[in-house]
Amino acid sequence: MTAITPETIRAHGLSAEEFVRIRQLLGRDPNLVELGIFSVMWSEHCSYKSTRAHLRRLPVTGPQVIQGPGENAGVVDIGDGDAVVFKMESHNHPSFIEPYQGAATGVGGIMRDVFTMGARPVAMMNALRFGAPDHPKTRHLVAGVVAGIGGYGNCMGVPTVGGEVNFHPSNNGNILVNAMCVGLARRDRIFKSAAEGAGNPVVYVGSKTGRDGIHGATMASAEFNADSEEKRPTVQVGDPFTEKLLLEACLELMATDAIIAIQDMGAAGLTSSSAEMAGKGGAGIDLDLDRVPQRESGMSAYEMLLSESQERMLIVLKPGREAGAEVIFRKWELDFAVIGMTTDSGRMVVRHKGELVADIPVHALADEAPVYRRPFTARPPASGEIVPAGTADIESVLLQMLGCPDLCSRRWIWQQYDYSVMTDTVQRPGGDAAVLRVNGANKAIAITTDVTPRYCRADPFEGAKQAVAEAWRNLTAVGARPLAVTDNLNFGNPERPETMGEIIRAIDGIAEACRALSFPVVSGNCSLYNETNGEPILPTPAIGGVGLIDDLAQMATIAFKRTGDVLILIGATHGHLGQSLYLREIEHREEGAAPPVDLMVEKRNGDFVRELIRSGRTDTVHDISDGGLLIAVAEMAMAGGMGAELTPGKDATIPILFGEDQARYVVAVAASKAEAVLADATSAGIPALVLGRAGGGALVVQDVLSIPVERLRAAHESWFPAFMSDETRTLLPARDIV
Amino acid sequence: MKSAVIVFPASNCDRDAHDAILHVTGTKPHMVWHGDSEVPDVDLIVLPGGFSYGDYLRCGAMAAHSHIMGDVRRKAEQGVAVLGICNGFQTLTEAHLLPGALMRNAGLKFVCREVELVVDESQSAFTRKYSRGERLRFPVAHGEGNFFASDDVLDRLEGEGRVAFRYGEGDNPNGSARNIAGILNEKRNVLGLMPHPERACDPLLGSVSGRAMFQSLLESLS
Repeated sequence: MTAITPETIRAHGLSAEEFVRIRQLLGRDPNLVELGIFSVMWSEHCSYKSTRAHLRRLPVTGPQVIQGPGENAGVVDIGDGDAVVFKMESHNHPSFIEPYQGAATGVGGIMRDVFTMGARPVAMMNALRFGAPDHPKTRHLVAGVVAGIGGYGNCMGVPTVGGEVNFHPSNNGNILVNAMCVGLARRDRIFKSAAEGAGNPVVYVGSKTGRDGIHGATMASAEFNADSEEKRPTVQVGDPFTEKLLLEACLELMATDAIIAIQDMGAAGLTSSSAEMAGKGGAGIDLDLDRVPQRESGMSAYEMLLSESQERMLIVLKPGREAGAEVIFRKWELDFAVIGMTTDSGRMVVRHKGELVADIPVHALADEAPVYRRPFTARPPASGEIVPAGTADIESVLLQMLGCPDLCSRRWIWQQYDYSVMTDTVQRPGGDAAVLRVNGANKAIAITTDVTPRYCRADPFEGAKQAVAEAWRNLTAVGARPLAVTDNLNFGNPERPETMGEIIRAIDGIAEACRALSFPVVSGNCSLYNETNGEPILPTPAIGGVGLIDDLAQMATIAFKRTGDVLILIGATHGHLGQSLYLREIEHREEGAAPPVDLMVEKRNGDFVRELIRSGRTDTVHDISDGGLLIAVAEMAMAGGMGAELTPGKDATIPILFGEDQARYVVAVAASKAEAVLADATSAGIPALVLGRAGGGALVVQDVLSIPVERLRAAHESWFPAFMSDETRTLLPARDIV
Repeated sequence: MKSAVIVFPASNCDRDAHDAILHVTGTKPHMVWHGDSEVPDVDLIVLPGGFSYGDYLRCGAMAAHSHIMGDVRRKAEQGVAVLGICNGFQTLTEAHLLPGALMRNAGLKFVCREVELVVDESQSAFTRKYSRGERLRFPVAHGEGNFFASDDVLDRLEGEGRVAFRYGEGDNPNGSARNIAGILNEKRNVLGLMPHPERACDPLLGSVSGRAMFQSLLESLS
């Protein structure tokens, strides 16, 4: 067998110290197969070795939590015996190298994480960050990622109902593709991954194993450089048809009581699924690779164990239930093979062609992975008073911002996603949160993904708080009770102290906000090493939030609905321009402090707005985020096809109209109810201000501007299609650009 | 009204079709597996939307040759009503139960949105509760819905009143010839259309334009 040289160790992404530790754990030198197993299990991607010590600070419990972090997805109670199952996960590195397949398999992977738990996926969201629009590779990546997400999700018949898209030069060499899947299950029918007990058959189902994706997890745990294009063979190829069969077959098997444990084969494939299931169950596991269904002949043990071929699952069945299970998988024309047995040896023992190819204590892989408290430096948060430079006229600022890459309509994207399949999409892309009816019931779940990376760059702590607060606010704005979050922490190289400082501060910010808002973290994923040639991305702790609407009759949307409704601004406006979109888009400055988030105020204002919706006093709400107050009102006008007249008086200034103060909402209430709403706000100590009235065909700011809604729409809708229409002309050979 | 919804392995609007029929007509459809050789004795067979066998070949090309399609064809020839929605329409053209073909969308992209649909023919079991010229809102969601046929076939479809629905002028999402969204066969017992009536039966979802189709079928077939 190949000798293990220092080069081999390095090529596996392991440090010299880690190799010494492996030798201690084994009591001997590992062979190449074992080295490969350790390298993926101990990779950043699988082991969370840089973040694990810090993630422990996140709040993960609450009366609503059925399953917190540690399983394939989080599970939250939504009453009546129903549960919502969800997780967000990144597929950043593969999507940059091969955007269609990278994004498609990201969707497939996160769906498997959810249906592994016994849930039927009912919605997908995606948080996407691309490089600067004028970077030569951006269009190609946008086109490929969007097509990949649609290609996979549409075939699965799971609606893709929203997400977010940003452009920033820091993503020129590292795009972010974070996919969130939400599923529904019965709370007493949740399946887990602990392979408890010895002598139980280990069953492989789904696609055959091929040579694709070998060492994907290791690739995802290193920085990119000029040779990264060479890594294309480590990107997996998706087959949504097989995934659809796998989904239906698994749910059919789950309706029986044959399953002890189940886990999908995601990153690090057969290796991680078998080691993790055995580890969690306190069992050992024997595998016979000759029985693994194989797509091609002549695969080595190393290749089979590290392949990341998609659409595969590992199931531990109760003894004697193999035949019944096989009938189901054969009906769905999927491979089914008993490839091993759980044991009481506490070891992962792998045989191939009659030879013992690996024999490793399970705990060495699962529990003994290194945990690093890496050195960090905390950069002081950006600060400084921001004075708008100019005399820019408000009308042109508004139109320019409505059409800027980060605020313009994403219709070009979401029209490529089937958002209406399953006939439960009550609020589709374009609102504050997507709303999905629980099939057959009158309640609904609300879903959102949020983070503002430019805030996180200025101040990782406040920025991360803001991401949680904005998710909470978006759920609140549709009338949902926020329940829990999944987090997807995207950062640069943790071995760089400044980046490690960002990670730690962001985790602390998430922890503080989630605790204050009773909004626990139930699942998540870390994606580190998002940098190319030493240039890291903006810190991007994406938050996926899920809430519950108890009664669909009490729900709000952003669209203006009735002429004469009084528009009330809830929350205080100070005119915070630091790190605002106005500053970046109009004055080309990324400066100042991130807007501070007062979590007590956030909770008080949000609870007030939610109660307005619940009590039927409003059905029209929009939270104020990117772009500030006037952008929020313009979005409400465009959504409703109805204008408004605002009377800000001397407040018609750039900071007041475009500042990004937090904890604010615009609500529209019937004129007859306005007085009472204002009085209630005042008695609760909540700043509330009449902005004006809805109605007419134009957005009017008295004495300042009057723009027909159609013109707002034209500005809002035109950028994306125009940008993407150049797609083919700028597609350069991929390897010319990194 | 007795009905059946055919379930191909990657059908994904089968449940939606089932629910729409159940809620609008009060009758519960049979769900019939693609590997079966016989459809039960029903008045209506629905080929639902989705990706049948993955549609890595032309959409519906493999479904047209599936086990169950033999009996669907027989029953269609005997006069049983057959409704093909989206992938079901593609399958019906591939099976030559309807003329023409559904090519890749003119924009080369999957398109999901609401379109205006104009009723062109109300004289059928599927459309009798609509009136000619009525304007409807239907969702579409497809990558290959660009209806194509030779001019003489199109002339004949129009001449025989077999164009059931057209996209509203300026609202053609896929480049279909003569804005055609749905067509009938010669005996008018087979309808294929790209838009999704089953997604337009609930006010909460934005449109109830599709209800009249299932009400028409209930009235015609009961």
